[in-house]
Order: sequence, then structure tokens, then C-alpha cells
Amino acid sequence: MVSPSVMRRRGSHLGASVLRPDGGPKAKGEFAFSSDMWMDGMLWGRTLRSPYPAALIKGIDVSPALAIPGVRAVISAQDVPGRKTFGLERADQPVFASDVVRYHGEPVAAVAADHPDTARRAAAAIRVDYEPLEPLVVAEAAINAPAIHPDGNVFRHIVIRTGDPTAVGDVVVEGTYEVGMQDQAFMGPESGLAVPSLDGGVDLYVATQWLHADRDQIAESLAMDPRMVRVSLAGVGGAFGGREDVSLQIHACLLALRSGRPVKMVYGRDESFFGHVHRHPAKMWYRHHANRDGELVNVEARIVLDGGAYLSSSNAVISNAVCFAAGPYRLANAKVEGWAARTNNPPCGAMRGFGAVQVCYGHEAQMDKLAAELGMDPVQFRLKNVLRRNDKMITGQVIKGTAPVEEVIRAAVSHPLPVPLDSSAEMMSLPGGAGMTADISDVRRGVGVAVGFKNLAYSEGYDDFTTARIRLDLSPQGEPVATVVIATAEVGQGFVTLASQIVRDLLGVDQVVLAPAGTEDIGSAGSSSASRQTWMSGGAIEHVCMMLRDSLLERAAGELDCPSSDLIMRDGEVSRESTAQRVSMTSLLAAGPLQAEHEFHHAKTQPLGVDGQGDAMLSLMFAAHRAVVDVDPDLGLVRVVQVTTGQDVGKALNPVQVTGQIEGGIAQGIGLAVMEEIVLDEGRVRNPSFTDYLIPTALDVPEVAATLIEEPEPGAPFGAKGVGEPPTISSGPAVAAAIRAATGLDVTRVPVRPQDLALRR
Amino acid sequence: MRVARPRTISEALSALDDNPGSQLLAGGTDFCVEVNYGHRRPEGVVCLRRVAELRDFEVGEGKVRIGAGTTYTEMVKRLSGVLPALAAAARTVGSPQIRNAGTLGGNVATASPAGDTLPLLAALDAEVVLVSSKARRVVPLNELITGVKTTTIGPGEMVAEVVVPRISGPQHFLKVGTRNAMVISIASAAVVVDLQAQVVRCGLGSVGPVPIRASRAEEMISEAIDWDDLSAPRAALERFGDLAAEAARPITDHRSTADYRKRAVAVIAARAMRRSLTRVT
Ligand SMILES: Cc1cc2nc3c(=O)[nH]c(=O)nc-3n(C[C@H](O)[C@H](O)[C@H](O)COP(=O)(O)OP(=O)(O)OC[C@H]3O[C@@H](n4cnc5c(N)ncnc54)[C@H](O)[C@@H]3O)c2cc1C
Repeated sequence: MVSPSVMRRRGSHLGASVLRPDGGPKAKGEFAFSSDMWMDGMLWGRTLRSPYPAALIKGIDVSPALAIPGVRAVISAQDVPGRKTFGLERADQPVFASDVVRYHGEPVAAVAADHPDTARRAAAAIRVDYEPLEPLVVAEAAINAPAIHPDGNVFRHIVIRTGDPTAVGDVVVEGTYEVGMQDQAFMGPESGLAVPSLDGGVDLYVATQWLHADRDQIAESLAMDPRMVRVSLAGVGGAFGGREDVSLQIHACLLALRSGRPVKMVYGRDESFFGHVHRHPAKMWYRHHANRDGELVNVEARIVLDGGAYLSSSNAVISNAVCFAAGPYRLANAKVEGWAARTNNPPCGAMRGFGAVQVCYGHEAQMDKLAAELGMDPVQFRLKNVLRRNDKMITGQVIKGTAPVEEVIRAAVSHPLPVPLDSSAEMMSLPGGAGMTADISDVRRGVGVAVGFKNLAYSEGYDDFTTARIRLDLSPQGEPVATVVIATAEVGQGFVTLASQIVRDLLGVDQVVLAPAGTEDIGSAGSSSASRQTWMSGGAIEHVCMMLRDSLLERAAGELDCPSSDLIMRDGEVSRESTAQRVSMTSLLAAGPLQAEHEFHHAKTQPLGVDGQGDAMLSLMFAAHRAVVDVDPDLGLVRVVQVTTGQDVGKALNPVQVTGQIEGGIAQGIGLAVMEEIVLDEGRVRNPSFTDYLIPTALDVPEVAATLIEEPEPGAPFGAKGVGEPPTISSGPAVAAAIRAATGLDVTRVPVRPQDLALRR
Repeated sequence: MRVARPRTISEALSALDDNPGSQLLAGGTDFCVEVNYGHRRPEGVVCLRRVAELRDFEVGEGKVRIGAGTTYTEMVKRLSGVLPALAAAARTVGSPQIRNAGTLGGNVATASPAGDTLPLLAALDAEVVLVSSKARRVVPLNELITGVKTTTIGPGEMVAEVVVPRISGPQHFLKVGTRNAMVISIASAAVVVDLQAQVVRCGLGSVGPVPIRASRAEEMISEAIDWDDLSAPRAALERFGDLAAEAARPITDHRSTADYRKRAVAVIAARAMRRSLTRVT
């Protein structure tokens, strides 16, 4: 939608690797994260959580906590004045458990005190009389088990049918796959500061992904007009989906209103593992059919996601899982059935890749199995079946946008392989790393390839719009300044950089200021998730820039006394080609500031109808990964040596930021493949710490080489697709494939544990 | 909270005597984690960082004495010649920050089954020198550590140094974890070959409540080695691993399984031995 009358500035700012403004301060420890906030007279909040995954609450006695000097407020379910529940899709999760707890770590009460240690002691002093129940912890069993919540145990059941689901191929392979529970493991734990305001409302400064969704849920529970609840973004230390749901937001506001004092809450690392949703564990059964010549014939699949105790975004995650279950391949026939079930495990919801990650492990393992069965090269076999533009997905949706699946695969596999293993390799770079467990002769190398895809923005008819406003004004020095007001959560993805790039590019204004993101002054920006903000918030800003450009051209037309169609805008100047007359932005703004606002909606999508058919997706993003791993089969230890990728980005608006997303996303993807898992024992979290929830270190993260495939996406602002999620989808499955290649084992469960390899030989 | 910042061992000991509720703080890498998790609530601390005497170390004719305050970084730097397996164990510990702060004395006093210096110290029959304002006593490591994170260190006592015999011959330490760095051991093994005495010593970590000596494995391999050229048959190496695994008494927990730990110990003990030999026949 870039109109021809706006010319790119020389040395265009869009497409350049502009460095992010918060990069230096973050590296130097100067950036203020939400946990750094401080206010005179503030109290410290603390949550009391259930030690049981399932229990009845027979009674709660808060008086011992209230008796502790320095304790200013103690609250539990009965103190929630409005709606007692919250939730992104449906409010099925109690703000505080009242009569029953459904997961280990569920909040039961909260306190505010003068000192964090007093708050900790006070929370521990609250007496809760629990009657433990047998927890329901197996998702498949939960589907038909007695309901553990009034809404039942099945969040959603979806069936996708297309063509003849009974079609049989010459070659049939079957497999069952399992994915463990991954955590977002963001570095900055949940934290926020709630301040009671003079008008009886509350101001909350919090690290979140979606300010307005927080605001609306808080207001419901406070029984307050949403305008009385002002939520502002505080410095976010990573999110990855884990900050989409409410964590401490309602608790902190309740405590602030109850005590009449500012209340700060910061989760410790252990509490953080209980404070947010996780990636859904999955169990998947697949049967793939192909013809002798290597053409896919049919995919049958059953997918069960463990949604944990409350809904969160399970309905959307299972929808993604079934829609992408067959992978980015052409299929005439398919039957995919999916369930998201409620259990007494920790709630699961959004995490980078959102349902597409889990099924990618399944479909890619199956593709390799089929290739082996057919005696075909796994890459050639995939290339023979890839989706292309105008092909149909199994949901019946015809892909109208770009679908460079072949290109991303070819790019991923065309990077040079790493130097072969030889005796010059440093022992520390072998599997086992610093533990020095392997000699070269103990190590086998393997290579694997995987391809994945996912949609951008929300699907199934959801209208996740973004609002933006820009004011053009002159600074006291008389220079044009653009102030952007938008509630987009900068969670590390680099939106702030991109927003300035867009404004500079389109309006030619050098000084671009982003107003602090908050709910008070502007409508929703939607969530910083689903790889959507470049499209949605970028699109909103683009649109407002065009509105302002029109206003500037109008003003210039008046000044030059000509039709505005004779004018063009370039480098912050309006000029008339025919007469070489020019008017600077400064003089145009001398007549007064300009302001424009727009609510940007993406093209409508449809709900999934009968047989799971419908144009539910806005746009698709594809990526392929090739992983090279070294495995020590006797010890079952793995080192990922290299991951190369081709990624469909539409257009790279800031290549260094795209590369950052790719490198980080791959680290998170391989984390799930080889180490990241919340270990549960009958519903109890066994490893809520970075001592035992392992994430990759510098010695675990491989060399990464990426090729960006730039085919502008029709309808997308600037032709750009989202880039945040695809790196996390097929990188892990490529690692699993490489481990299979190195060991000859089938690897049906991730993360791959040492015992899964070493004890099966 | 009382904070004492002594400069000498005797000042430290009197600070302990004067404030009986006080606890010793060395690098704080175990201590502070426990405080953060609310598992430890000291009434006072006696900080050992300024006690220079605790950082002494001495390589004598027959013995090496290592001050309790020696950090992992110092062990890596200064001990790789005389105690290469201790330097290797120190290198596996945590991250650079942890290695700069964490100390040998803290590792011994914490007495975690996963303490990475302990398998080698066990293999060397290390002696721990404990001092108090009243007495000085020398306790063999296997008597000092009595169970998971329990020791016979008494109130008012502190670890002053650890003494190990100086042994010439190859030595190796291997540690298995689910990540390539900064990971708690799920099994570890130290092997020390004493060329003079013609015996092999082997200590195992994370496979029992306390560090374990694989005595039968030691005896078997010491017999099987051809000491003239320091070689041994492949079958003896495998047997060495199997006997080490038999000595292990691992548990299943959230980090790993007992079966895997046994397997891992067999593999790494055999590999440590293989690396110590000039030739496998
Ligand atoms: C991120 C991280 C990673 C880690 N990785 C490893 C690892 O890989 N391997 C490993 O073995 N450990 C590891 N640890 C644990 C820890 O670093 C070690 O056990 C370390 O040796 C403890 O030493 P310190 O000097 O920090 O002891 P402190 O934490 O100061 O003290 C630990 C205990 O010892 C007592 N103490 C200290 N000095 C003396 C003394 N001289 N006499 C008597 N008692 C004393 C203290 O009172 C306390 O009870 C890790 C810890 C962290 C936080």
C-alpha cells in the first residue's frame, strides 16, 4: 500500500539493519526492567500457592498473616469484588482458588507487606486446610474422565476431513510421537507495580504482551470501568507467549486498592515457573500414505494436547495443531483429529510456534520414515510434495499468498556443511562439552532436515486489530517531530526500532518518538504474539503515515496553489515536479501540528466449518532447517553442531533483527529437542528452577547460517511476513532427525533424554 | 544480622565462637541460593573471602595442601600440572562467575552427592583439616561426609585445608550432565593411576549419597594393567566399567534414572581408564 507519491528516502531506513535503541542499555545492565521499579512507600506483594495439583479447600485462615507486624493486606477469593475468574478465551480460571485447586502452584491468597521477607513469611503463615485429591494427569484419560471443572474436561475437539480419508497408498508408515512440556523461560520474571490513583482507580505498570487484554480482565475482576484501570508497559525481559495470560496483574491491583499503597510484585525464578502457562505437551499418532513414485496420498493423525487445568489459549493452539498437522505438503486426502484436554497439570497456553511446533515433530518424522521406506532422499521426497501458491491446505484454504516452501528447503540445505569430525576437534566441543566425556572415536555425526509452517496473526475469524496515532509537530528547536502513540508491547522483538524506521521512511521525519505504551490514551494494539506485530502494528503505523502524508500534501497544495496530485513527498519535503517548487515539512507544520489515528484490521478470516474446512488463516510463514549433530551414543549425549535455515520472510525490514529472531528461535527450538522440559510427577512440578530446567548455554547453541527468502507477501504492509515463530518450529525436528541419522534409533519423544538413547542400544 | 569480616583464621574462629548462630560464607554459591529459596536463615555470617590464609596452597614432596578458600578458577589455573583431574573437575563447575566465587571448602562442606571435587578427593583418600578455637583435627573425607549434604563438621569448626597425596601418573575426571556446560552432574568418575605403587584409584560422584570408591574395579584393573608399558586389554577396561557400575548406588530423580546413572558410570569410568593408558590391547 506504499503509494507511488511517497518516495523512499535515500539510504532507505526500511530494509536497513538499524540498531535497536534498547540494545546498548540492555547489554550494559542499564535498561530498567519491570522488576527494577520502585516507588516511595510501596509495599511488596506475595502470592500463596497450592502445594497440591488437586485438592479441596476446606478453609482458609488469614488471621495469622494479618497478625504479623508490617502486613498491610491479605486477600483471597472472597475479596475479589467483580468477576472471580479470568482467561483469554473464556474466564474459566479463578483469580484465587476458593473451594478447589486444580494445579500445583494455583494462587490461593496474596499479601502485601512493608518488606518482601515479611510478605513471604505472612504468605507462609496463612493456614489453608486442604483435602488432597487424586490428580487427573493424563490428557487422553481426561477426555472421558469425570469432569474436574464445571466446563468439562475437553476444551476443544476438532476433526479435519478432506478428500477420501480412507485412501490407501502403496507405502504406509505409522508412528506415535510425544512432546514434553516446554517453558518460555524468559529471563525477566513476572513483575509489576500497582498504584492506587486519586480517582479510585488503579495504575498498573507491568511486563506483559497485551496491555488491553490485561486491562479488561483486571477491570472485570475489580468490577471497575476499564477506563479506571490504566495499564502501562514496564520493561519486558522476554515473553515468548508466557506473558499473554494474566499472572500477577489482578492480584497486584487488588492489593494496592485494599492497602491504599503502591504494591510491587516480583516473582522469584521458582515462582515464575508456576506463574505462567507453558507449551502444551502433545501425544500424536500418525499414519502416512504415499505412492511408489513418492507422492503423498493420505495423512491420518490423532493429536492430544494437554491443556492443563485452565483454558488459556488451548482452543486456538489445538486449532493450529490440526490445521498444520500434515506439514507444508500437498495432500488430496486427510483426516486429522485433535483434542485439547483439561488435566490437573499446570495450565498450558501460548508459546512461540503455538501448536505448529508439536505437530512438526510428528509430520517430519513421518516424512523421513516414508522417504526411507520409498528409498528416496528425504529432501527430494519433500520437494516432490511441497505446497505451492494456489495449492490447497487440508483445511480447504487455497494459499493466495506466497509459499516459497521449495525455496526455503533448497536454501537450508545449500549452506556448506561444517568441517567433518576429526582429531583436531576440541574435546569441549564434543557431546558432553565441559564434562569432557567423549573422545572422537565415541562420537557419531548425523544430519537431518525438517520443514514447518504456521499462520501469522489470529485466525478463525478473530479480529485482532491494532490502533495507532501519530502527531506531527515542531520541536522547540523548530524541527519536525513525529510522536507515535501505540499500545504495542515491546517484548524484545524490536518493534520500537521498526516503528521508527517506518515513520522515518514514510514521512521523512528524523525525530521519531514512541510514547510509552499504555491503555490510557489509545485503543488496543493486540498481542505481541503470533508473529503479528510487524504486519498489524507496522500496518497501522503505515496507514497513519499515509493519512498524515495526505494532510501534508493538502497543506502544501494550498500553499503552492495547485492540486495535491501534482505533488510528491520525499525526504520530509513536498515538491512540485513541474515547477521545482518545494515546501519543507517545517514550514508546513508552522500552521500547527497534524494528528491522525487509525484502527487497522487485517483481512477477514473464517471460522473452521464442517470437517474443519475454511479460510481460517491470514497468511502463512514457512521455514526449513538442516541440523548437524554429534551424538555420543553410549552416553546418549548430544551436541548440535550447526543449524542452517531458509526462511520465508516476505521482506526483511531490518535484517539484523530478523537474524536475531532466527538465532534466538533456533536456540529455543533445539532447547525443546534436547533438554528443555518441565518435569511433572503426578501433577507436581519437579524442576522449577534454572538449576534443573535446562536451557541452552553458549556451548549448546550451534553455529547458525540463515538465508532469507524475500518474496513480498501480497496484502502485507511492506510485503513483510512475521519472522518470530518459524525458527522455533522445524529447528527442533531437524535436530531429532539428525539424532536418528546418527544413532539409527527412532527418537519418538522430545526432549531426547540421555537415557532414551543410551539405554536402547 | 551480624556480619563478621575476619582477616585471619583465628579471627574467623573467634567470630564463630562469639556469635554461635553465625554461619560461614565463602563464595556464597551454595549459601546464597539456599537463602534465596528460604531454606537457610542465618542469624549472622562470617565472611571468609578476606582470609588470605585460606587461599594458601602448597605442593610438597609427598603431599599437596589446598586451602579451603581456593576458588575453582584458581584450581584450573594453578593445579593443572600437579592435580590435573582436580583442575578438570573445577573446569566443569558452573559458569565463569561461579568458578570465580565458589571454593573447594564450600564444595566439601556442602557435601552434595553432585559436588564435583569430591570423587577425585575420595579417590585420593583426601584428608580434611578442621580447625576450631579449641582444636585442630584431621578427618579423612570418607569419615567427614556421612550422607547427602551431611558432615561431621561441628559447631565452631571450619575447613582450613584439604590434603591429598602427591601421586605421579595420569589422572582424569569425566562428568555427565544433560547440557554441555553449567550443569549438575548426573554421574561422574575420577581415575588416578599411581605409577609408583602400581595401583589405580577410582572415585564416583552423583551415584550415591556420598562419593563412592570403586574398590573392586580398582583391584581388578591394577592387576590387569601391564605396568611396563601401561597397557591393558579391552576386556579389562569394560570389566572396569562394569565393576564401577556395580559399586554405584544411584537413585532415580527428576534429573535422571538409576539405570542410566549406572550405565553412564560404567562408560565414563572405562573411558577415564582408557585415557590413562598408553595403549589398549
Ligand atoms: C549456578 C551454579 C552452578 C553450580 N555448579 C556446580 C557444579 O557444576 N559443580 C559443583 O560441584 N557445584 C556447583 N555449584 C555449587 C557450588 O558452586 C559449589 O558447591 C561451591 O564449591 C560452593 O562453594 P562456596 O565457596 O560458594 O560456598 P558457600 O556457598 O559460601 O558455602 C557453602 C557451604 O559451605 C560452608 N562453608 C564454606 N566454607 C567453609 C569452610 N571453610 N569451612 C566450613 N564450612 C564452610 C558454608 O557455611 C555453607 O554451608 C553451583 C552453584 C551455582 C549457583
